[in-house]
Amino acid sequence: MSLELKAITKTFGSLTANDSINLKVETGQIHAILGENGAGKSTLMNIVYGLLRADSGEILIDGKKVEISEPSDALNVGIGMVHQHFMLIPVFTVAENIMLGHEKSSKFRVLDLDQARAAIRTISEDFGLQVDPDAVVETLPVGIQQKVEIIKALIYEAKVLILDEPTAVLTPQETDELLNTMRDLKSKGTSIIFITHKLREVRAVADQITIIRRGKVIGAVSPTTSEAELASMMVGRAVDLAPAKYQHETGGAILEVKNLTVRDALGTPIVKGVNFHVNSGEVLAVAGVQGNGQSELARALINLEEHIEGSILLDGKEIRGASIKDSLHAGIAFIPESRELDGVIGSFSIAENLILDLHGQAPYSKGINLSAKVVHSEAEKRVTEFDIRTQSIMDAVSTLSGGNKQKVVIARELSRPIKVLVASQPTRGLDVGSIEFVHERILAERDAGRGVILFSTELDEVMALADRIAVMYRGEILDIVHSNVTREELGLLMAGVTSAKAGA
Amino acid sequence: MRKIRSNVQKRRLQGVIIVSLLSSLSFLYFGFLKPGKDVTTFGFVLNNEWVIIKEWVIASQTGARIFSAISLVASAIAMFAYKKERTIVVPVAVASFGILMSFLTWIASGKFIPFTGLLQGGLLLSIPLIFGSMSGLVCERSGVINIAIEGQLLASAFVSGVVASVTQQAWWGLLAAPFAGAAISFLLATFAIKFSVDQVILGFVINVLVIGLTDFLYKKLLIPHQNTWNSPPTFEVIPIPLLSNIPVVGPIFFTQSIVVYLMFAIVAGVTFALYKTKWGLRTRAVGEHPTAADTVGIDVNKLRFRNVIFSGLIAGIGGAFFTVGFVGAFGKEMTAGAGFIALAALIFGKWSPIGAVFAALLFGFANNLQSTLSIIGVAIPSEFMLMVPYIATIIAVTGLVGRVRAPAADGIPYSRGGAH
Repeated sequence: MSLELKAITKTFGSLTANDSINLKVETGQIHAILGENGAGKSTLMNIVYGLLRADSGEILIDGKKVEISEPSDALNVGIGMVHQHFMLIPVFTVAENIMLGHEKSSKFRVLDLDQARAAIRTISEDFGLQVDPDAVVETLPVGIQQKVEIIKALIYEAKVLILDEPTAVLTPQETDELLNTMRDLKSKGTSIIFITHKLREVRAVADQITIIRRGKVIGAVSPTTSEAELASMMVGRAVDLAPAKYQHETGGAILEVKNLTVRDALGTPIVKGVNFHVNSGEVLAVAGVQGNGQSELARALINLEEHIEGSILLDGKEIRGASIKDSLHAGIAFIPESRELDGVIGSFSIAENLILDLHGQAPYSKGINLSAKVVHSEAEKRVTEFDIRTQSIMDAVSTLSGGNKQKVVIARELSRPIKVLVASQPTRGLDVGSIEFVHERILAERDAGRGVILFSTELDEVMALADRIAVMYRGEILDIVHSNVTREELGLLMAGVTSAKAGA
Repeated sequence: MRKIRSNVQKRRLQGVIIVSLLSSLSFLYFGFLKPGKDVTTFGFVLNNEWVIIKEWVIASQTGARIFSAISLVASAIAMFAYKKERTIVVPVAVASFGILMSFLTWIASGKFIPFTGLLQGGLLLSIPLIFGSMSGLVCERSGVINIAIEGQLLASAFVSGVVASVTQQAWWGLLAAPFAGAAISFLLATFAIKFSVDQVILGFVINVLVIGLTDFLYKKLLIPHQNTWNSPPTFEVIPIPLLSNIPVVGPIFFTQSIVVYLMFAIVAGVTFALYKTKWGLRTRAVGEHPTAADTVGIDVNKLRFRNVIFSGLIAGIGGAFFTVGFVGAFGKEMTAGAGFIALAALIFGKWSPIGAVFAALLFGFANNLQSTLSIIGVAIPSEFMLMVPYIATIIAVTGLVGRVRAPAADGIPYSRGGAH
């Protein structure tokens, strides 16, 4: 089944999210739509799926015009969608989730779960998507949940499948598996619209690539186009994908962690007696698959965790057990994993967010009063220095894009006198332009002689920025390697295979 | 998974410790420290059940010791079950029963306790609570907070009383009541769903509105014209043949009026429908993750609207119980907070129908225990007895029930704009 979009336009107030977009997805092809966050990809797909209505334009299926004003219309014409944030009910079983919306009942109007289980098994076998129909969704790993979403679309007999940023939440292994599933679906005649901003994946599976920037189609290219070219089309200027490594001075140990154990509320160790150090003027990356204790280790470094044992020496002084405030003021900058939850207060203004850490001291406060004048003039300076794109420093942070929120966090954290920067997944969910900015700032801190600890699950990022790489697996640091390691070696370590075992 | 299991274990341990402590306390206090020298008499026969024993007389001190010993044994079994990582519900229930009986034999030393009557009265007091909690359940499982249960009950009690008085037919009162409940629901649904008004505030406002309106009409209409407007006939008790002759159980469950039998049917029906039918699956889906339901073609707000109206129908029957089912006249603010206790029962019961019913029964029983004890004249002030069910609730919630998880989208208005 082919899907064609003709001159789709959608505006929200003064913002044109989609500006006369034309697109044709051929039968049995994988059509990638590439664009930065906020380029209008999701809006376009929500229009195709009936969650939003276009102001103007047409949707054609196999050359015939169709009206899609509700998700049920899309389902009826054979369009399925796997949303970026899964549309699964966490407390339901797989079978219940999949039957929802087109339930079959047996005698006495009792839901026919057996029929749903059987249908799931058929799809599972046909497409190689193994899931247990009776598992409760919230207990499943993200990768499996995504399979459930795909089965859900296929069970409606979707002939065009929209995948909205499907790899954003996946580990490298799960991503590879998904790409294989996509090839498999394609070979069985399903057309796929693949929405993403990850260049490597696009080039690996797409038959056609359409690039969208600021709501407009910039161009349609073939997957043989180079990554650099794709990136520059996406961002609108030349982009430095991997910042060049250059010689820099490295000093002595600025942060030493000895025998650090972090336990959860029940006393189970999440981080198990790790030892490492960071030198000044060095980036130490902590790599590993999500959920191997990295988040807890990062939080423990500023005493954000409840149960910490061992020793954290900052410039020779013990800071374990200090208050969070004292840890920050001792010279640690912290970029938390979740900007929205831990990095900023959404309803506060940009100016207020920029002084969350220093509001209690001069020159920002006098007695019990905040000095608005100083707060504002300082905020103006930071906004310029860190290129925070906003109308006014008085705007609520929640109105900013992800990239600009992260800039607010970084601006605040780097404005204290610091010795060490702890950055936890600092580029997660950001667009290429913002990622570039964050990388530059991290390297600038390194060059200024700070120690940087970068927690990241993105292998490319780790390889590009790190001087040394510590790999975490099940709460332990398996090995600390030099950054000239290969992707394969790193991949093995992340899967828990040490070189000693690999050599044996 | 490991973490979930150990949380369960932690909660079980708390539960075991609490019942063990209470059992030991009751063994010492009721059995030894304050010895009652007299005998306690339990009465079992109310109507014309087959008699096994009519009365049971026991030396109160010995009785207290025996029952406490039973609860101590049950506590030990609970401990054993905890060690084996098994559920502790049954031994804890037995232990609680033992503690209660020990307390009764001790406190009623030298007196007569109408045991069957105590339970029967407890059930009667919990009927409006059960109707109310079913009403709340149908609303909240689909994602609309229902604080207006009190208003639904009161409005329908009023309407059913008036209609039954005017027609002099209890049946007409029962038929009219659901419409009154649904009318209140219509207000709730319109403002909560169409206009996205804060549902907690809205519920309170509706309650105040209904209280004001019924107070006004009561004063201006029902009091001056008592005979025309406020003398509803009540339903007669219909004993079910054979079943009503079973000792203890018969008078409690099978010697009741039509409203109570209707309640049994509604509880069974709602439970079945919620977990086994298409309506139930969709209701739960909409209450947990409305966007997900929308993307598979379910009209979220339409379903919620229907459920809120449906909840009014259920609460309406509960309201009718006050006038045509039990009392036989409308009284000023006669629901007296039953709607709020029903809401508490719903939450205590973890938003499950069976849980809510048990919680409502507990509240009703404790309330009746308090009035029974004050009638037979015991030393404890009845105000303290009134606190007991709520203290028991706090203990049960912290020790046994664990973290209560509301439907994820409860109280959050749905619009597609919100999905972005």
